Amino acid sequence: MAEHVITVALAGQPNVGKSTLFNLLTGLNQHVGNWPGKTIERKTGTCHFDGHTLEIVDLPGTYSLTANSLEEQIARDYIIGEKPDVVVAIVNAASLERNLYLVAELLPLPVPVIVALNMIDVAEAEGMKVEAHVLEAALGVPVVPMVATKGQGVRLLLKEIDRLVEGEVDYLPHRPQIREDHLEVVEEIESLVNPYVPEPYPRSWVALKLLEGDAEITEMIQERMKEDSWQKVHAILHQHEDAVVAVASGRYDWIARMIRAALIRPKVGQISLTHRLDRWATHPFWGLLLLLGIVGLIFWLTYAVGAPLQGWLDTFVVGGAADLAGAALSGAPDWLTSLVVDGIIGGVGTVLTFLPILIIFFASFSFVEDVGYMARAAYVVDRFMHLMGLHGKSFLPLFLGFGCNVPSVMGARIVESPRARLLTILLAPLMPCTARMAVLAFLTPIFFGAAAPLVSWGMVGLSLVVLALSGILFNKVLFHGERVAFIMELPLYHLPDWRTIGLLILQRSRAFLARAGTIILVVSVIIWALSALPTGDVDTSFLATIGHFLEPVGRLMGQNWRMMVALLTSFIAKENSIATLGVLFRAGEEEAQLATVLSQTLTPAAALAFLVVQMLFIPCVAVVATVKQETNSWRWTGFSVVYQLLISLVAGILVYQIAGFMG
Amino acid sequence: MEGELVPLGALGAGEIGVVERLAGGRGLTSRLATLGFTPGARVNMVQNFGRGPVIVMVRGTRIALGRGEAQKIIVTPIAEGGE
Repeated sequence: MAEHVITVALAGQPNVGKSTLFNLLTGLNQHVGNWPGKTIERKTGTCHFDGHTLEIVDLPGTYSLTANSLEEQIARDYIIGEKPDVVVAIVNAASLERNLYLVAELLPLPVPVIVALNMIDVAEAEGMKVEAHVLEAALGVPVVPMVATKGQGVRLLLKEIDRLVEGEVDYLPHRPQIREDHLEVVEEIESLVNPYVPEPYPRSWVALKLLEGDAEITEMIQERMKEDSWQKVHAILHQHEDAVVAVASGRYDWIARMIRAALIRPKVGQISLTHRLDRWATHPFWGLLLLLGIVGLIFWLTYAVGAPLQGWLDTFVVGGAADLAGAALSGAPDWLTSLVVDGIIGGVGTVLTFLPILIIFFASFSFVEDVGYMARAAYVVDRFMHLMGLHGKSFLPLFLGFGCNVPSVMGARIVESPRARLLTILLAPLMPCTARMAVLAFLTPIFFGAAAPLVSWGMVGLSLVVLALSGILFNKVLFHGERVAFIMELPLYHLPDWRTIGLLILQRSRAFLARAGTIILVVSVIIWALSALPTGDVDTSFLATIGHFLEPVGRLMGQNWRMMVALLTSFIAKENSIATLGVLFRAGEEEAQLATVLSQTLTPAAALAFLVVQMLFIPCVAVVATVKQETNSWRWTGFSVVYQLLISLVAGILVYQIAGFMG
Repeated sequence: MEGELVPLGALGAGEIGVVERLAGGRGLTSRLATLGFTPGARVNMVQNFGRGPVIVMVRGTRIALGRGEAQKIIVTPIAEGGE
């Protein structure tokens, strides 16, 4: 038998265990990228079964197939345009009624559907029981009961896919009918638009989507029709503006008939685990306390495990690599040794030492998301986040910025609204990360002695205030103060799926490493070249020239050119500013020496201004590269960089002038 | 207040309402209808502290709604356990 590849698309609403099933089927044979031209993650993978190769495409999680969101548009364009051999519709047995809505939308499309009835264990824990074969008889399509987290039902699903593709079973779905009170109008629209519907769109489906007010389909048909014939369609649609609710009601009526015999509901009065946990987790006071506790735990992990590991990597691995390279290149010209040791190992190496902290964050983040807690956290903080035009879901990604801004920017993916997601990405780099805190911890005692903790907390507070004000400003100016609708499902709590969490950590880390090897490497080498050329001495380098050029701006903040150069090098990694100062002030390796020189050079007002600028300055290259990847836009990346440059300089100048004035 | 039409946000925790109509714009209406807030659907108010978002149960799913969204769903309150 000649091998042919079977394409299987996984469709499902959010919180149905779709990623779990995808990971189970494909394991490490995955390719993670973006949908063409979109910032939405596209995952594909291969799976071998019984001599067949299956190409698995993970469609974005969507509640319906009306183009309300980018995800919905992508999912349906793929199904209609690419015509996969099979669509597996994953439904959560514990929330069957709502979940079958997507199935009601999938069945009218010209692609065979198999229903994967997942999470039957969760449903049973909630006191529900679904009879798979009864549902199968009602729907007329294969229904496979599954517990994807335990790997149950997967072989059966693959067998059903095989049987369907080989034509061993008849595919005779009982498609939802259009409600009688709308039948006439749908037929009327269909006859009007009939000649204008392009391949491969089903005609009756297009008519129904027009009635539902689907923006994408409306635009497509309007473009193809002549003006006067479109007017006729438009008049009908205008007359039936309320049809969107009626069509949805029709689908739910159909669902009610499908599940009547198949679903056994819990007895009245049975209180579920989720309900009990939510009394605490979503309480306005206890819920906040719980959230603070969880966030505290994540930070404890960062400082107790991540930070020491980072220090160890820095000393032994990066330091060791530098020594080794130095020894290996002992005969080579000085510039080459410097390029490798200071430029590449010093730049990329330092960025890589953050990997343990990143892994802790990726792990905590996906754990919190996977067990179902993320939505509760979002619910509890939503009222505060709304002030900045953000969604409650933006809270955790932003908060993680305290550790490192990179996972913060990546974490913004969980925010569904594109506008709130962009806003989260723009604000995340303002969070005071561990690297900035390290600089703060090093410099404040030098400048302020006993008052150091006070100054440090003040700096953190200032960063947060700037972040909040920026949020309010962006929301007003860029987005005209539009409110983000807050509609969010609170999924049932369930045990974590370690495979899904592990794969997510792996993929996110891999993406970070890929950037370290490309854009971060390039920028490191450029900054090194600027500091080494043309004479090999930093004092007379191009970087020093730039520093001198920037001195007039620096003077407004009480800084000399050396401090400006230190800020510039912090672009590679925030801690670099300390190393740079050491070199520029010829303080060598001795921290004490640098401390003496620094405290003599800067007035307290200038020192304060330097710290302010350092906190708010352009984020490091790793963050900028992540912003570019996540926004998929150089324009927004540029905006983010320029905004932070301006805000840091303005804040620095203000602080210096006010502090100087007050003495 | 049985029989009267009220916005969903006016229900207290533990109270039940039947959706009468959706009063929002087209986009919001479409999203809410998709999630199961269609005329005739029973909605249980799970949590409502008078301000901030609420939690409701509709078609077997727990959903958090902003107060603004909850005000756009018009319901008829019904007696507990009654039809």
